[in-house]
Amino acid sequence: MATTRRDFIRIGGASLGAAAFGSGLFTNWWGLDPDRVHDPATDGDRVVPTFCELCFWKCGVLAHVKNGRVTKIVGNPEHPLSRGRLCPRGTGGTGLLYDPDRLKKPLLRRRGKRGEQTFEEVSWDAALDFTAGKLEEIRRKYGPEAVALFSHGYGGSFFKTLMTAYGSNNIAAPSYAQCRGAREVGFQLTFGSPVGSPENLDLSNSRVITLIGSHLGENMHNTQVQDFALALSRGAQVVVVDPRFSTAAGKARYWLPIKPGTDIALLLAWMHVIVEEGLYDRDYIEKYATGFGELKAHLADKTPEWAFTETTIAPETIVETARLIAGARPASLVHPGRHVAWYGDDTQRTRAIAILNALLGSWGRRGGFFIPVSMNVPKVPTPVPAHKPRPAPDAPKGTVYPFADEVLAHGLCDATIPGTGAYDFKGWIVYGTNLIQALPEPAKTVRAIQNLDLLVAIDVLPAEIVGYADVVLPECTYLERWDDVGPTPWREPFLAIRQPAVPPLYESKPGWWIARELAKRLGHADFFPWDDAGQMVEARLAKAGHDVARIKASGIVRGKPVPVTTEDGLELSFKTPSGKIELSSAQMAAAGLPPLPPYTRPEEPASGQFRLLYGRTPAHTFGRTTNNRFLSQVTSGNEVWVNARVAMEKGLSSGEKVVLVNQDGVRSEPVPLKATQRIRPDCVFVVHGYGHTSPRLQFAKGRGLDDAKLMTRTKVDPAMGGTGMNVNFVTVEKA
Amino acid sequence: MSAAAKRYVMTVDTRLCVGCKACVLACKAENAVPDGFCRDWIVEDVRGEFPRLSAEIRSERCNHCTAAPCVKNCPTGASHVNEGGVVLVTHNKCSGCKACIAACPYDARFVHPAGYVDKCTFCLHRVRKGLQPACVSVCPTGTLVFGDAGDPSSEVRQKLDTRRSKVNHPESGAGPNVYFLT
Amino acid sequence: MTPLLETTTTRANPQIDPSLHTWGWEIVIYLFLGGIAAGILVLTAFLELTRPDKPRSRAMRWMPLVALALLSVGMLALWLDLAHRFWAWRFYATWKVTSPMSWGAWILVLLYPTGLLLWLGSLEDGERSWLRGKSPAAGKSLLEWLIRLSDRRRGTILKLGLVLGIGLGIYTGMLLGTMPSRLAWNSALMGPLFLASGISTGAALLLLQKLDRGEREILVRWDALAMTVELFLIALMLTGWATSGAAGRFAAHGFLGGPYTAVFWSLVVILGLLVPLAIDAIEARRHLAFVAIGPVLILCGGLALRWVLLAAGQASAFRLLP
Repeated sequence: MATTRRDFIRIGGASLGAAAFGSGLFTNWWGLDPDRVHDPATDGDRVVPTFCELCFWKCGVLAHVKNGRVTKIVGNPEHPLSRGRLCPRGTGGTGLLYDPDRLKKPLLRRRGKRGEQTFEEVSWDAALDFTAGKLEEIRRKYGPEAVALFSHGYGGSFFKTLMTAYGSNNIAAPSYAQCRGAREVGFQLTFGSPVGSPENLDLSNSRVITLIGSHLGENMHNTQVQDFALALSRGAQVVVVDPRFSTAAGKARYWLPIKPGTDIALLLAWMHVIVEEGLYDRDYIEKYATGFGELKAHLADKTPEWAFTETTIAPETIVETARLIAGARPASLVHPGRHVAWYGDDTQRTRAIAILNALLGSWGRRGGFFIPVSMNVPKVPTPVPAHKPRPAPDAPKGTVYPFADEVLAHGLCDATIPGTGAYDFKGWIVYGTNLIQALPEPAKTVRAIQNLDLLVAIDVLPAEIVGYADVVLPECTYLERWDDVGPTPWREPFLAIRQPAVPPLYESKPGWWIARELAKRLGHADFFPWDDAGQMVEARLAKAGHDVARIKASGIVRGKPVPVTTEDGLELSFKTPSGKIELSSAQMAAAGLPPLPPYTRPEEPASGQFRLLYGRTPAHTFGRTTNNRFLSQVTSGNEVWVNARVAMEKGLSSGEKVVLVNQDGVRSEPVPLKATQRIRPDCVFVVHGYGHTSPRLQFAKGRGLDDAKLMTRTKVDPAMGGTGMNVNFVTVEKA
Repeated sequence: MSAAAKRYVMTVDTRLCVGCKACVLACKAENAVPDGFCRDWIVEDVRGEFPRLSAEIRSERCNHCTAAPCVKNCPTGASHVNEGGVVLVTHNKCSGCKACIAACPYDARFVHPAGYVDKCTFCLHRVRKGLQPACVSVCPTGTLVFGDAGDPSSEVRQKLDTRRSKVNHPESGAGPNVYFLT
Repeated sequence: MTPLLETTTTRANPQIDPSLHTWGWEIVIYLFLGGIAAGILVLTAFLELTRPDKPRSRAMRWMPLVALALLSVGMLALWLDLAHRFWAWRFYATWKVTSPMSWGAWILVLLYPTGLLLWLGSLEDGERSWLRGKSPAAGKSLLEWLIRLSDRRRGTILKLGLVLGIGLGIYTGMLLGTMPSRLAWNSALMGPLFLASGISTGAALLLLQKLDRGEREILVRWDALAMTVELFLIALMLTGWATSGAAGRFAAHGFLGGPYTAVFWSLVVILGLLVPLAIDAIEARRHLAFVAIGPVLILCGGLALRWVLLAAGQASAFRLLP
């Protein structure tokens, strides 16, 4: 069939069209169908600098706010503690801000018994009037000292002012006697300064880092982990002393799987080697220390061979590690620990650590401990309180803890049981601390509470303690409020502000407002001579000569660097009675306590029992964050670590549900077992902070195992009253 | 490797990584990753028998492979190679057939509740603005380094040249571009 | 001695961890119906190409339409499997040469006109009149044009049907077979295995229709041949895996002692292939009348094969090899 012109045009046209179409099959249709890079658009229209409160380190953050919502939180590059980077919890602040279980309205218990959670929602006026009324009644009947404040968190400063106005000095945080108190005392006695928070560690310049039980890397104190990593990248070597193969142990040159409770023996043996072999910093000791002779005599019989019998660490290893640690002096840091309330002889153990650091010459030296500096800001002038309060009854009658320089939280709790302390407590104000999980022997805490005339809980989330309150005052989160401004001791002077990124949700209020309203009702408005905390902070910053607008934009004001180590040119001085480093503590001797750390053999578990050890997980701040649904996407429960051989002998396998039963018969919740090579056969380990029972914590309730419940026994430190909690033994049973 | 060809890679320093999961959460926040899903994750390997143990911790994500099987298998062209070799999914081209998920040797992808397939994007939307990916930005140990391996002056190139490194399952043949420094 | 290893991961992505399960019953249904459709098209086209003058039963003439119907049900299942299904049109905005699924998308779509013309061309005059009567006035000239086209180009259409049918039968196997990340799919024999299974299940479905003797004899022989080839391919595939590296051995193990052993050997091999072959042999030997049990077992076996392979493949992630 002949091809006509028409046919030709038709065929040609069709072919061209097909080719055009066809080319689109392989391309993006000449850019008309591009592959756009998707932008999740989480950047905020506003970026507000503040500092975090998922834990108590106070890292500077930038809150991105878009359409009135905080979309994400990132690190503030200007802030010396975060340096633009965050631990997992910092990012998780949105999970707290938008936690559906947050306390929304003031609650009052008008009927029912304490703990039955028969709350009614009331107005702020009603709640505040009730609280102030009760406080006034207690003051009238028993005196202001009958009220105790338990406070943890930066916002608590306003409640401390309130208490000062009210007339009571009975202010405690579990972070002292239940956490780091012993090491503050140990270092204070030795160097004349506590360690403080953040710890004054020049980690990034350390050549050898020794961790006694500290599990840095699971404990995610941001700056310290950053510095630790920096040290590792510079070739620092690590010695980890821990019954468990922690994350830090995985980075270590030496992991010493020490028998729990025998750390002092190891420390003494190390010092024995270091002194014997002359590996200590002679010049430093000569110049700055006293008591060397007594120390040397004390160490004479603390040989590695002896230490081996107590610690199960081979003598050669003790010698090798002693030489490694000393060889790197003065840039050799033995970490002071943070949570040190272990065995009841914790002041002595931290003294031993302090003494060892002194022998290494690390205090005040690069790679050791820097001497922190602070930037101060003028205080708000407040009147002198009319009443001089009686001292805190935080020790049992007839007992004195000679070196306790903070009030003991558990002591206040005990004194709430009538007749226990010098006087009884009738009222508790609990700010941001879940005493039911933070204090050991929770059953005793509940018993104590029943004796109160008033329990006020000020909190963000309905933790267990809130359930026991008479009145609940909902505070807004750190992202919704101003807080006080004050110095943070660090290697450079700086001030950071906490300012709101978004207005308070629901009917929650900032702590400053709550404290001020209570003060007004109690006739102490003069202790809060300002209307708005933000204005108060700005005024003080302005008075100090700072550019307030710039601080609000950047979140921070930094001072000029000053020398913090001898290498920088700092002159060392020690606020001890002798003005020197006290290797042997005359103060301890005067108080009838051993001036040099003695070794006390720990109790052995009964057959079939294991020592219960506890610790942290990076994504959480113990019970504080376990309801946070965002953080819980990476970690949502705890498990019991048991030595793999022990598990096998018991016929238990990983993932199987087990129950822990302690020496007093207390049973834990069932949780999965982790059969692992990473722990000694004589102990078990769980992450602290799970096993919430508060029904209002909808996510956390019933999840995981509560180790605090199993701490029915404590061993009290005679020096400062701290409660050693690593002294409970458990059996492991199939659930 | 020629200096001209841009090739984005990431190095993960296993000596420094503590497995804190800041990277996991920062990615979720930056990229609005839905609940229950993650684009990056932590793997911890502990070897040995008590008390002789060693550990390695790795922050892992999509490897943006040079010969990505996901891209080869995608029938609609949604999975494609973008700037610097970054493998992306164009949402409005994805039919949700999941061939790419089956093809990935690392199981790095997942089905987003909206229907398309999702994964790590090396935060290309940030990189184009001169920022680092969210995980790199947040990492408190400095484990994560990201950049153009084709640029001899980049930090990432310096890491690759001066440190021993490995990739996950090199026998996949996919040519992963996330390197673990050991 | 390799040291003990404790490994943990924080990833728990739905459908991905601990092992992949993104493809479920929808894909099994599609693979099954697609295979049958492929078999029907291949067999009807091949039969006519090799015996053009022999008369055909009504069933054989209409089966291409049935194949298209089954294929449509399969494609509906496929569409339901898509997580982003209203973007399905994207399959047809491009052709990705390296993607077996893209090939499949185009083969599927080209099969419709081909199968339609194949069916039209098979119709007898009486059936065509009936069809003309059924069509609306507006479509009558189009219908005539289509019938003329299917008659005039009968040979081309038959060959096209054959090629596309083979393509349909083989591409899904190749799709699975070219994924080294799923060890129990990774074999070059997967494509031919799916084709052979498609032909045997297609033949089985054809055999359940009312056919004339000649057709039946040929189909029984082709079915038996297809099943024999299947068994042979399965043996080769397992041997190939078992004698290659760690990946292959892991894949083979799933069927040789691992979790899929019982289902695979009982449902797929014995009931799905060996028993029907035995029935064929007995029928041939004893000249017994045809019974439906054979084809029914073949169809069940074909379904089971696809279900087992889909499950085994997704469970055998490459990254789980030490």
